[in-house]
This record gives sequence, structure tokens and C-alpha cells, in this order.
Amino acid sequence: MKITELTVHELQDKLASGELTVTQITKAYTDRIQEKEGQVEAFVTTLTDEATEEAKKMEEKIASGEIKSSLAGIPIGIKDNMCTKGVRTTCSSRMLENFVAPYDATVIEKINEQGMINLGKLNMDEFAMGASTEYSYFKKTKNPWNLNTVPGGSSGGSAAAVAAQMVPWALGSDTGGSIRQPAAFCGVVGLKPTYGLVSRYGLVAFASSLDQIGPITKDVRDAAILLNVIAGHDEKDSTSQNIEKKDYTKALEKDIKGIKIGVPKEYFGEGINPEVKEKLMQAIEEYKKMGAEVEEFSLDIAKYALATYYIVACAEASSNLGRFDGIRYGYRTKNFTNLKDIYKNSRSEGFGPEVKRRIILGTYVLSSGYYDAYYKKAQLVRTLVMKEFEKAFAKYDVLLTPTSPTVAFEIGTRSNNPLEMYLADICTVSVNIAGLPGISIPCGVDSKGMPVGMQLIGNRFQEEKILNAAYAYEQKTNFRKTYQPEFKK
Amino acid sequence: MAEVSREEILHIAKLANLELKEEEVDTYLLHLQDILDFANVVNSAPTEGLEITIGANENCNVFRKDEVKQETSREELLQNAPEQERGMFKIPKVIQ
Repeated sequence: MKITELTVHELQDKLASGELTVTQITKAYTDRIQEKEGQVEAFVTTLTDEATEEAKKMEEKIASGEIKSSLAGIPIGIKDNMCTKGVRTTCSSRMLENFVAPYDATVIEKINEQGMINLGKLNMDEFAMGASTEYSYFKKTKNPWNLNTVPGGSSGGSAAAVAAQMVPWALGSDTGGSIRQPAAFCGVVGLKPTYGLVSRYGLVAFASSLDQIGPITKDVRDAAILLNVIAGHDEKDSTSQNIEKKDYTKALEKDIKGIKIGVPKEYFGEGINPEVKEKLMQAIEEYKKMGAEVEEFSLDIAKYALATYYIVACAEASSNLGRFDGIRYGYRTKNFTNLKDIYKNSRSEGFGPEVKRRIILGTYVLSSGYYDAYYKKAQLVRTLVMKEFEKAFAKYDVLLTPTSPTVAFEIGTRSNNPLEMYLADICTVSVNIAGLPGISIPCGVDSKGMPVGMQLIGNRFQEEKILNAAYAYEQKTNFRKTYQPEFKK
Repeated sequence: MAEVSREEILHIAKLANLELKEEEVDTYLLHLQDILDFANVVNSAPTEGLEITIGANENCNVFRKDEVKQETSREELLQNAPEQERGMFKIPKVIQ
């Protein structure tokens, strides 16, 4: 088996037994990036030379006992909206094209403490606004399963790089589905943790009450391992919760007999592609065979959730993006005579069309006269969504839905119709609105060979339950051993 | 249902410190109307008797000691400034 085909836990085993060295692993990945990046275009910044240097140093540190983590020397890729000291963080925007953060995000500090090696910064929709990575200022990332289709978004670079084996795993961020939907499109695993489990310090803010960082990996065990690293309270993020530290790999049991799975019927209705639905139905049968108690029920919030999401997310974005003014960092226009011109022209030239669209929508719903009709109403609906989920989790351990109503769509088919692009998030946004954990795992391919994603949703801070249900299914079905991306044109 | 006018879009853009080109105004007008028509569904949701939710966590204040810590130097914080002088961010003259 090629090194880049291995999961991180398999790499850990081979490092421990001496079968592989850190240098060999890093070289396998830098070679793979050389080979595949031209086709996939997943990176904004590659750090292959730096990683090679780092690997040598890490080998010495491991040999001398200076670093003891079993993750020392494991490479990783980072979505380009997490601050990395000394390496530019662009958010795939002209606004931050040359921005080099003076500090590390808390998640970056944590992966550095483990001795992981950063292979580079991964492409995304500008400021994480989008569902296809087509809204990047720099490039359009391709889906390794079919290079004419999108990888999903906004963490499209992260998901495509994992699927193309250019990184063994990656960090993404999820505001309305931006980890889970690209993971589904690229046939990999994506976990959005409970709001408050992972520190957002150093994550460039899009919608602060919804954003959360999480792992994109080849399998469920790797997702649990990476969650172990990044979870935890941080005094620099006042919304991060001070809860007991857990070992999520302990949740990975094959036995799920008796677990109660709720299937909300509204997520299988109109707009869901029949082939996607068929794969989900097969997965449900598989769960029944494994001894889970599966029941259909009504979660009648789907139709409100997407609208609520776009109102709340855009309102918060319009406020968060107010900081980009061309004074302290970021793009500054050359075309100005006074201070007001600097603000206006830097923002108009530095932001792309989708970002401006969302700032305008957000400013509109917050403006006097519309605040009550849209923003306040959306905040009320948010409470309704949370209450409906509460009711559901009184009966079920886990909820099961498609991750996306369709498989990956062709590049260019939705980018000019914002509303149609927003519909790609319909299955995922309610999870962010309620602050719940959700995981997407592959559950087969459609007739054209494109991966279909299944989403498992848990109650707050019950990551173990969804990891366990995901793991049991994965072990039984073994998607990764059956299907691999073919880089079709 | 709110009808968005051209004047309103221009007013909103001004509030957001964005300058829109003529053709952009038309596109954004169309898109904003589309999205708002869709978003209007929130007004049919049964929310009587509910309180608003601001964040996903229980609302409470989080306190810490107010201690001075120097984590990043002035030089580092200024390194991304488009224009600086004597350790300060530089902007054009604001008093005519």
C-alpha cells in the first residue's frame, strides 16, 4: 500500500514500529502534492520545502525524546482562514492576499504542540461564503472524483486535498455545512463539533455564533483522534466551553445494538435527488441489520432553517467584515483622496461579489425598518429550531439525514444563481443554528460514480454518539476500500 | 412583502461602506429581492411565546482577570499595515 493511502492511525502504527520514518511520510506527501496539485488546485499556499525541513528537525526531536506525541511528524493541511504565524492567511480573498498573521490560532498552537507538520493552506470560498469553492479569489478547486465538478464548500480545498491524498487529514471550518458538505462531495469524513467545543481564536470570523472548526479525514477514527487534539476550553474564546476533556477514540465501538436513530422525513422530501435518497435508504437498512432502532419522525423546521440561517449568518458577517477598512491590515486601494475613500474603495475592490452580496443582505436585515421583520424574527425561529431538536433528542440518540440533497455538481452551473447555491446547504444549516455536532460519512456512490454523504446529528456535546454510529457503519460497509477517486476528466 | 428599491440598495451600500457600479446595482437588486422573498418564510413560523436566541450557548457573562499581557509586539502588529509612521498606522489628513 502506498504511504499516502494510509490513514493517520495507520501511519502512527508504522511510525511506532519503525516501519516508516517521518521523512519518508513527508516526502510521500510532498511528492504527491507535486503530482496532483496541478489537476486539483486545492492549495492557496504550499509549504513543501518548509515541511521537508521540519520533518528533519522533528525526527531529531523524536529521537532525543524532546517530543513524545504519537502524532509528531504527521503532516496536516489547514483551511486558509486559520491564522498561522509567519505564513499568509488569505481567506481566499484579495482583501487578505498578503496578510501574514502575527500569531497562531489556538488550533494551530495545539497541532504544533503535537509536532504535526503543516503542508500548506487550503483553498476555500472567499471568507467561507459559498458551497462550491468557486468563490475563491485565486482558483477553482476541482473534485478528485470528477475534475469537472466542484469539491463543495466552503472547505473545498481541505476536502479535495484529503480525497486526493495530498494531505492525510485537514482542518476545515463549518458555519452552515462548510465541513460536512465538501466532505460528502469528496467521499471523505467531516465532523462539525458542538458550538463551543473547539476554540475559534484565530479563525477569521464569518458568523461568530455559528462558526466552528473541525476535522476532515479519511476515516472516523482519524476524526476522533484530531478532535482529541483540537477540543478544549480556551480563555481567548469566551464562547468556548469549560467541559471535561474526553478521549473520543473510546467511543469507537462496533456494537450499536439498541441505539435509537431518528429519521426526519422532511429531509427526504422534495428536492432530494432520488439516487441520494436510495443510498440513504440502504444505509438505514444497514443500521437496522446492525440492531439499531430506526424510526421516521417529523422535524418540521427544515423550511424555516435555511432562511433563518442566511439572515443570521449574513447579519453577523456584515458586522464582522466591518473591520476590513484598509487601515491596519489587508488590501488598501490606490484610489483615494480622503479617509472615507480609503474605506469605501478598499472594501469595494478587496471583496468579491458573493461577499459583497452577503454584506448587503446582512446590512439590510439589520437596518431600521427591517430589523424586526427579518433579523429579530430569525432569532425567534432559532429558538424554535433548538426546541424542536430538544424534543427529538428526548427520543433519539442520533438523527440521520442526507448531508446534501445532491452529489457534487458541475463547475459553473450554480455560481451565478445565489439562491440555488444556498439550497446546497439545506440539510446542514439547522445543525449550526442549534449549535449541535454533526458528522458526514460516505455511504456509497451514484450511477456516475460520485460519492453520496450521510449526516449523523447528535445532541450538544454528544460527539461520542455520532462517532460511534458513524464508526459502526464505516466498519461494516468499508467505503474507502471499495471506492477511490479516479481524477476523471 | 418588502419591495427593494434602487434607492434602498444605494442607501444600504452606503451604510456598509461599499461603492457599487451601475451594473452591480441591478444584479444585487435582483438577487436581494430573490433572497428576501425566500427568507420571508420565517414570518410564517410558529414563534408565539418564544424568546430570541443570540448564540448557541446559554447566555451568561464570562469573566477573567483584567491583566496586562504582552503577547505580540508593536512591530509584529504593524507588519501588515499598508502605511505606517513612527510606530503608528498612517491615514490621510482628516481635518481640512
